[in-house]
Amino acid sequence: MLAPVLHILPLTTIARERVLPINGQVNVRLNQKVSPTDVIAETSWAREHVLLDVGRALGLPPNVADRLIRCKVGDGVPAGAVLATGRGVMPKMVKAPRAGKVVVVGGGQVLIEVGETHMELRAGIPGSVVRVIPERGAVIQTAGALVQGVWGNGRVGTGIMVNLADKPNSVLTAGRLDVSLRGMVIIASQCRDADTLQAAADLPVRGLILSSLFPALLPLAREMRYPILLTDGFGSLPMNSAAYRLLTTNVKREATLNAEKFDRYSGARPEVIIPLPVSSAPAPPQDKVEFAAGQTVRLRRQPASGMIGTITAVHTELTMLPSGLRALAADVKLENGEQALIPLINLEVVG
Amino acid sequence: MPASLVQTDSLLAVNIGTAVTRAVFFDVVEGEYRLVASASAPSTTEAPFHDVGEGVRNAINNLQTVTGRTLLNADHRLITPFQPDGSGVDAFVATISAGPALKTALVGLLEDVSLGSALRLAEMTYTRVVDSAGLNDHRLGDQKIDTLLRLQPDVVIITGGTDGGASRSVHKMLEPVGLAGYLLPQEKRPAVLFAGNQKLDDEVKGLLGSVTSSLRFSPNVRPSLETEDLEPAARELAGIFLEIRQRQLKGLDDIANWADGNVLPSAYALNRMVRFLGQVYPGHKGLLSVDIGASAAVVAAGFGQRSTLSVYPQFGLGENLPALLQYTTLEDVLRWSPLDVSTDVLRDYIYQKALYPASIPATKEEQAIAQAVTRQALYLAVQTARRNFPRSARPGLLPGFEPILAGGSALDDVPTPGQSLLLLLDAVQPTGLTTIILDKNDLLPLLGAAAQRNSILPVQVLESGAFQSLGTVVSVTASAAYGSLVARARMVYDDGHEAQAEVKYGSIEILPLANGQSAKLTLQPSHGTDVGFGTGRGGMVRVSGGAMGVVIDGRGRPLVLPGDPVRRRELVKKWLWTVGG
Repeated sequence: MLAPVLHILPLTTIARERVLPINGQVNVRLNQKVSPTDVIAETSWAREHVLLDVGRALGLPPNVADRLIRCKVGDGVPAGAVLATGRGVMPKMVKAPRAGKVVVVGGGQVLIEVGETHMELRAGIPGSVVRVIPERGAVIQTAGALVQGVWGNGRVGTGIMVNLADKPNSVLTAGRLDVSLRGMVIIASQCRDADTLQAAADLPVRGLILSSLFPALLPLAREMRYPILLTDGFGSLPMNSAAYRLLTTNVKREATLNAEKFDRYSGARPEVIIPLPVSSAPAPPQDKVEFAAGQTVRLRRQPASGMIGTITAVHTELTMLPSGLRALAADVKLENGEQALIPLINLEVVG
Repeated sequence: MPASLVQTDSLLAVNIGTAVTRAVFFDVVEGEYRLVASASAPSTTEAPFHDVGEGVRNAINNLQTVTGRTLLNADHRLITPFQPDGSGVDAFVATISAGPALKTALVGLLEDVSLGSALRLAEMTYTRVVDSAGLNDHRLGDQKIDTLLRLQPDVVIITGGTDGGASRSVHKMLEPVGLAGYLLPQEKRPAVLFAGNQKLDDEVKGLLGSVTSSLRFSPNVRPSLETEDLEPAARELAGIFLEIRQRQLKGLDDIANWADGNVLPSAYALNRMVRFLGQVYPGHKGLLSVDIGASAAVVAAGFGQRSTLSVYPQFGLGENLPALLQYTTLEDVLRWSPLDVSTDVLRDYIYQKALYPASIPATKEEQAIAQAVTRQALYLAVQTARRNFPRSARPGLLPGFEPILAGGSALDDVPTPGQSLLLLLDAVQPTGLTTIILDKNDLLPLLGAAAQRNSILPVQVLESGAFQSLGTVVSVTASAAYGSLVARARMVYDDGHEAQAEVKYGSIEILPLANGQSAKLTLQPSHGTDVGFGTGRGGMVRVSGGAMGVVIDGRGRPLVLPGDPVRRRELVKKWLWTVGG
């Protein structure tokens, strides 16, 4: 059976496509070196529109009103600009209520886009541009350690990693966040209260890597301006040992925390990237493997959610689980020494 | 049956779900169509696979292993038609429920009329209504445009105006849709279904034809104020759903080619089968089908010529699961659990399960939680769908149904027939006498899709015992004290021996009756109790057996659980024990 793969790799080649949601201008060229905060593409769009019914305002049918409209598509119009003038000795006028750009004229109406919003797309990871996607963005490649998570709050940040998780299951509290941590990416484990998230924002930190978060804190976590990544899930889960080991052995290194939202359709996942110097490009991560004995796996659900183990045997027939269900399953030797029968669908290969 | 009526084509049917892809092989055995074998594989719509076809091929590969037949060639393409060397299959059909719910905007005139119809239409497939605009909507035109630009709906359903009725108001409602479509990049333009005043079709084409990804027309869903006809529009909406899925999901084009275009949304195909069954097996009761999986809960009911279909992605048990908490409380979910589980544990479970929709319960505790969640989601789905059913003789209760068919991947995750039956009794809360049938292989949608290619196949497969009868259920409606006698039951088996039961309020009694057997069941209710013959009336009825025999549910309708958690858990455990644990 095909296995999903969770990437926790000490050294690999990481290539990430970064694109604008709509067409815009790309600011980088092929082979250009970029840092995570470099703006690689940018675009603008109108936040709002104003629809002016010129015909109604002038008391004229649409086809007559069309002939009186003075602006055309593409015109920039300042606030108060006269867009149409009626007939008669004291003609009525239709003016632009706000500055904007005319996008539609017709049917006796004028549609103006107003309130332009500018969007900057940052590289998100340090590396080289290996492909430019015209008008949309680029593919950036780097080499380093990679730790994927399961949830992110949609923010990106870069900073030196500091470890506040004495153990994989320690709980981060606001009291542990002092001013010396300002600008750092913090490795912690569980977070159980809003004060801690707020204290991290007050410093501010450049990122928070957690194993788990209480679901009730998700709305607040989404509002935080710094990136938050969960390695294992929701509730009181400890950090899986593979992620904990890799992260804590890289403290004091600069890391990029791309807490992108997990999108199961696009494959986008929150991740920590720790750039490392290499002489030649290491192997890229493997995305598709078959379950097999000897693989390191992570349990997605109980009886030991998040725990790392090793497959000792894959059953080829449906097997009865402790829950009473029958499913394809594997014997897994857990890192605590216990042996467990786990359905394959609840496992992911770590690699 | 005359030979000319039997088509001897073999048929392979595939259902692509969010979590599981199932392949089912039908062929003629001894002159009649039979389900030969079924196999499944995890779906591969999501990363890192990004190819629906991979899961389909894996499921077919597993089917090849089970049947020993070769269905795919060396290039992993379907061999069709059936070859002289015994490989291949004559026909192929597919259904799909995988993928995110379609973001849908509704546009209509009156809230209770055309907009109401638009909402019921949207609920007939996997949609999430993100905006609704009618005559009572006081937003300005530009605000409506900005809303559509921000939400970027996949589909806009436009209704309004009876045939020959309002046209100016409808025209006014079209403007924001047209302008928003014009402003959106081409790849983000919505598909539009116009199901309003047919006189406006040409005008709609002129206004929206060039600014939508697809523009379809159907006969008016409200040809007059008093008449609602959703079916033709539902067919068009099914077409739009598939167009969008083919754009979203790589590999679906190939599958559609294999199927020669015979791919249907699973819920639509299921409803087609429910309608068909309602006509083939007419009775004085309706027919109910419930299906719950990762993508949605689906409730379809047939009442003679009329049917209703409601698809609720918000009650699906996959990535949308945390949204369930917008409709219910953690405490209401936990009332079904036989184990003492804290609300924190349940909340964590819900969020964690949403991360891994295909994962299954591996421990007894997770099994108890999973079943509690399934019960509550299905209960809410049935209660919500009930508003579209004919009014029941008893307010607040379901009308009588015969039979009730149940399927979906969530019921696959229930280990015993007894637990499946109890889950369905709790969630659906049927009334009177009914047969409960489990569709373990999710055949109903597949048969609905197969019916387009082969009208004989669904009938013969249905009659072949491919579905598992859980048994005949008598649901007692009574207002009585817990433990008081509400009915006496006497069953006379065909071999003459008898079984009896005294049914007390709050209990479940089981009279064994094996699958394929039948017996005469006599029921005598206490005063004020209804066992399906009317309040206080007894009667005799011929019943069929099933995995659980004849089950008399004396817990009353609606089912009210004790408020005290300890006593409630004891009762839930007792009922679980009664149906076999």
